[in-house]
Amino acid sequence: MVPDLAQSIAPTAAEAVECAHCRLPVPAGLIDPSHENQFCCNGCRTVYDVIHGCGLETYYRIRDTVDADPLPARPAGHAYEEMDNDVFLDANTAQRSDNHRTVALYLEGVHCAACVWLVERLPRVLPGVLEATLHIRESVVRIAWDPQKVALSRIARMLNSLGYPPHPVRNADRATRRRDEDRRFLIRIAIAGACAGNVMLASFALYGGFFNGMAAEFEALFRWLSAGLGVVSLLWPGAVFFRGAIAAIRTQTAHLDLPIALGLTVGTITGLVNTILQRGEIYFDSLTVLVFLLLVGRWVQHRQQRWASDAVELLFSLTPTAARRIEGDTVRTVPIEALQPNDLVQVRAGDNVPVDGIVTDGTSTIDQALLTGESRPFPIAAGQSIYAGVTNLSSPLTIRAQTAGAQTRVGRLMQLVEEWSQRKAPIVRLADRIAGWFVAAVLLLALLTFVLWMRQDTVRAVDQAIALLIVTCPCALGLATPLAMTVALGRAAQRGILIKGADTLERLARPGLICFDKTGTLTAGRMSVVEWVGDETVRPLTAALEAHSSHPVASALTQLVPDDHQLSLQATAVQETPGAGIRGRVDGRSLLIGSERYLAENGVTLPPTIARAAETLTARALSPVYISQDDVVVAVAGLGDPLRPDTSAALSTLRVGGWDLRLLSGDHRVIVSAIATELEIPADDAVGECTPERKRDWIDGAASAGPVVMVGDGVNDAAALATADVGIAVHGGAEASLAAADVYLRTPGLSAILDLLSAARSTVRAIHVGLAVSLAYNVVAASLAIAGIINPLIAAILMPLSSLTVVAIAFGAQPFGDLPKPAAASGTATGEVQGAPSFRVGDAFRNGVGPPG
Amino acid sequence: MSVIYIILPLALLMALGGIIAFIWATRRGQFDDLDTPPNRMLFDDEE
Repeated sequence: MVPDLAQSIAPTAAEAVECAHCRLPVPAGLIDPSHENQFCCNGCRTVYDVIHGCGLETYYRIRDTVDADPLPARPAGHAYEEMDNDVFLDANTAQRSDNHRTVALYLEGVHCAACVWLVERLPRVLPGVLEATLHIRESVVRIAWDPQKVALSRIARMLNSLGYPPHPVRNADRATRRRDEDRRFLIRIAIAGACAGNVMLASFALYGGFFNGMAAEFEALFRWLSAGLGVVSLLWPGAVFFRGAIAAIRTQTAHLDLPIALGLTVGTITGLVNTILQRGEIYFDSLTVLVFLLLVGRWVQHRQQRWASDAVELLFSLTPTAARRIEGDTVRTVPIEALQPNDLVQVRAGDNVPVDGIVTDGTSTIDQALLTGESRPFPIAAGQSIYAGVTNLSSPLTIRAQTAGAQTRVGRLMQLVEEWSQRKAPIVRLADRIAGWFVAAVLLLALLTFVLWMRQDTVRAVDQAIALLIVTCPCALGLATPLAMTVALGRAAQRGILIKGADTLERLARPGLICFDKTGTLTAGRMSVVEWVGDETVRPLTAALEAHSSHPVASALTQLVPDDHQLSLQATAVQETPGAGIRGRVDGRSLLIGSERYLAENGVTLPPTIARAAETLTARALSPVYISQDDVVVAVAGLGDPLRPDTSAALSTLRVGGWDLRLLSGDHRVIVSAIATELEIPADDAVGECTPERKRDWIDGAASAGPVVMVGDGVNDAAALATADVGIAVHGGAEASLAAADVYLRTPGLSAILDLLSAARSTVRAIHVGLAVSLAYNVVAASLAIAGIINPLIAAILMPLSSLTVVAIAFGAQPFGDLPKPAAASGTATGEVQGAPSFRVGDAFRNGVGPPG
Repeated sequence: MSVIYIILPLALLMALGGIIAFIWATRRGQFDDLDTPPNRMLFDDEE
């Protein structure tokens, strides 16, 4: 590093210039003193101009009042022609009338309230758009438009140029079904609540009469009123529990709905009989409140899980929907659904390959990390097979399509994922296991009580048996698990950990076998300079020259210096030889960067010191790239896929916690064992060159010995994630892995896994305490009922007490709150995780799999 | 006390009205999105 150079270029904090659009600091090299407004990137400039051009400047005033996080705009370079294709319109939009269609689009880049304002001004900006409604949490906009006045592609381009690249929402049918289900659930809760409230009012009257006397006529009226409302509550909203109980009986599994349904039935029948005979207790106040409380508990938990799975599912909308089909002399963008076998498809550099097929024209390098986990670029030429999902890196390719969509290798892998997810046996929850015994014990005790009291007095015997049934109501048992889980899921979501199934936490509470994918999970998943040997001063020159290439090796080398430096240097006379190297003049010096062969071809030989350094780099599984200045090799850069900064610390914390670590990677054996050595994982526990299928089989084999947790990120991990008892997809993962996984981490790095595991432990502890308290309460109360100390009325008053205790315990537990901070030792890593709470779903794609479309 | 025979059904009718209103609102989608409207209303006047 050259200090005086750095000072002359980098702006000091006092004069830092803000981007006029996103308010992030503008790199020094981009500041243009002749203009009033400065921008941090071209995306922001475009969006700023469009917003002003449409007369929507109010956006900036609103944004400043809501204090939104700064976020640079990144419009995609895309024309969205495929959206005007009839196949696309049929598949993704709905016809409402002749001149009225609707569509749901997932928007990237939605981050604050001002976005709502801006997106919903669409009808004013584009005539023909009838309505635009944005759902801020889902980042989904619902648009109604008149196809005769404006094309959908025009609307998509406008959204894109406002800084919100749109993607059609997949699975729109499922979303509608879920919405209807949610609405029915809400209505059930409302009815249960109304019944409970009114029965309570009637009960107050009855309790008043119990102590102060009441005319028999009115007592009968209130009892009948309670009975009527109680029956409504039971038959309509309460029917869920009966359906659950019937299903449990059919499948012969213990489920908490069973004791609940039993308690409700016994209570209702007794209550009805007593109402008709005008004697004894009616229990409708307790019963209706029970139905209401249980429904509310389930609703809250349901909402949390639904939110997590919705957020993950929306990411599917980001997969490419269009292909560039060659039709004679022209290239037309068509939706994937319209592709036929033997169609010729063009794939530009930087685009994702949309089909499985054979390359017919072009030579390029591809990134197959998505499929194989291999982090090095792979050369490809005409005649070779290529698979959908890989990224074309350096130059355009023409591909003869063989299969598209579900029939591709990626598609088949996804089907595998779905099959295994369904085959995964649900664990029997602790509460459900207890429930079976609980029902048997309660029935037995009720019978015992009845028999014992029978000898004295038949009426008393019935009363005591019912007091026992009421007081041992499984309400607390039923509430303990969902409440503790809900608290945990909610807090996890705040921390950027999305948990799709509540039972996941129970599976993670005890240490077992944990397997890690390498590329993208333990490592950052992209090439960067790990080691630099030789002259430090050529670093900025190297970066300036490599800025002219789009190859991944080049983009790693441009990271050699911070962004604001390289722009001050300009390379001239740049000449690139694809796959070999690059040459040019920078700052008056002639630079040659590339492989040993490229240098030899240009008449440059390696000095012995550099050659020795390169050998050491190769032994560490790093690829050497040589830098020659004025025909003398002055430095060598070791390129590789480095470990994430917090990986080591996280793994040793796991090891201390009793977890057994394994490494499963699709990458080359040498690279895998080099990483394993660095992480102190024994060579036998690190498996390299795993195909996706082999990963799955390995997990399947290991699962027979005990619970297995799989942590991964790519499509190549998806099957393994689905097979493992718990699959955890890390930040930046491919959509397939998100679908397969039970947990998705939205913050980069592995320390979130540590948070997750310790939260799982504390949640399960809270559940155990809750269950223990409610069981202890039930034992005491049951003894009192058997002994005849409490009558049904007192039992009805005592019952809610246990529920309240369990609620207090569930909310008192602090999963994710009282965490020890084992990752704190790794300094920057923890800072990075905590500094990124405002992460949005769209980032996963942007950071992970490259530009969409 | 026989006024209760008028008041009680009246109270129940009112409760029923509340439930019907709630069901109507739910089916109209009033509770589908609870996050955006509180943001949207802040800028209704901005044009």
